[in-house]
Amino acid sequence: MTATLPIPALVEQFKHGLEAPICLTWEWTYACNLACTHCLSSSGRRDPDELSTEEIKTVIDELERMQVFYVNVGGGEPTVRPDFWELLDYAVAHHVGIKFSTNGVKITPQRAKQLASTDYVDVQISLDGATREVNDAVRGPGSYDLATRALANLAEAGMKDFKISVVMTRHNIGQLDEFKRIADGFGAQLRITRLRPSGRGADVWDELHPTAAQQLELYDWLVANGDKILTGDSFFHLNALGSTSLPGLNLCGAGRVVCLIDPVGDVYACPFAIHDVFKAGNVRGRGFGAVWRDSELFADLRRPQTGGACTSCPAFDSCQGGCMAAKFFTGLPLDGPDPECVKGHGEQALSTRDGALPKPGGDHSRTGARKSVSLGLPSVRVPDRACDTSPLAGLG
Amino acid sequence: MDLDKHYRLNPRVALRPEPFGALAYHFGNRKLSFLKAPDLVEFVRELGGHPSLRAALGASELSETRRAGYLKALESLVATDMIVEGT
Repeated sequence: MTATLPIPALVEQFKHGLEAPICLTWEWTYACNLACTHCLSSSGRRDPDELSTEEIKTVIDELERMQVFYVNVGGGEPTVRPDFWELLDYAVAHHVGIKFSTNGVKITPQRAKQLASTDYVDVQISLDGATREVNDAVRGPGSYDLATRALANLAEAGMKDFKISVVMTRHNIGQLDEFKRIADGFGAQLRITRLRPSGRGADVWDELHPTAAQQLELYDWLVANGDKILTGDSFFHLNALGSTSLPGLNLCGAGRVVCLIDPVGDVYACPFAIHDVFKAGNVRGRGFGAVWRDSELFADLRRPQTGGACTSCPAFDSCQGGCMAAKFFTGLPLDGPDPECVKGHGEQALSTRDGALPKPGGDHSRTGARKSVSLGLPSVRVPDRACDTSPLAGLG
Repeated sequence: MDLDKHYRLNPRVALRPEPFGALAYHFGNRKLSFLKAPDLVEFVRELGGHPSLRAALGASELSETRRAGYLKALESLVATDMIVEGT
């Protein structure tokens, strides 16, 4: 390399993929005590074929060799695995940091103390409404109290830098300042991410995804609040709304810097794309590294992509065509506009699409799904789950 | 950067080779950085073996422009604790 050779922007280099993912999401179980209406992975019941303790440890060993420095563990509700804490300790001991997402169900005062004293572990508590009413409408009765109890326990234990993770919907965008106040109150960081039409999210996306006016409100709020707010870089499709680029990677990282391992070991291009079309392989057999390096799907995603219909749009450079999974699950072509294109091209495309929407892979929703809690009605706590199959069945 | 000081890669930092250079991860503050040139990665790895930054730069025979670029990159690595002053 000579002194004058320009180094291409990092984002250009990322498009060709990395030796190992930077951001690996790993779901440890499909079991969940809740039944959120927008669950990305259609979780509820444990899958009998989920990776065993030993299999998970084998993958952790491999991630250590590949120098994947941390993973985002989720589910389902990962903490309902009886071996969760054992696996957490194992990963940390093997230099694989764990950031896990939880609804808070197992974050007792004692566990909170344990977490606070473990270096290299990070916790995200999911909360989708700044008020009980808005949260429980999406996440189910009792979930607001569950989350706030966990937050209080973590704060009380002196845990540092834990996160409150919010999926932005039509009903909570107006609560952004309130979320920030809640986070500040617990000494937590606020993390907000985009609602994806993935999993059960496809069923509620039409009614829950932000309106065009709300997208602008969200963008302005993010610009005003700067990089103190974490976003998982999930709002880059909003960059075309103004001259200020939101902090973070302006790129779809699927198969390039990001991927998902699901509870049965299947590897997908991204956490929002649980569908055969985006399945790259399985960690059983030749391991995770082989899938990451050799899968044909990932090789495809790492080739230069065409912007298709979007190429001629002046905003293409700032939005890069948006989210692949959002297009796929709303029935739009992958080289066309994002369904939430801020220029309105998505809405137009949605109005002219035909054919059935793709169904997400493996639905683990519990049958006899919980009754929905409607906004505007007094929230009523009905013990309506007695007849549901326990999501923890078989977990001991 | 003080050219006469001794600097080294923080022992809590791991470098993962990548086509563009390397990904640097700090196990203490959990920050991620990118070294955007393979020769810079070599330089950073060997930095601690030289008695001073001046000596390290001298041994690497960089052009003026490239040297300025290196210093800028090193400064940001010091700011994020990826590189520390050694003794």
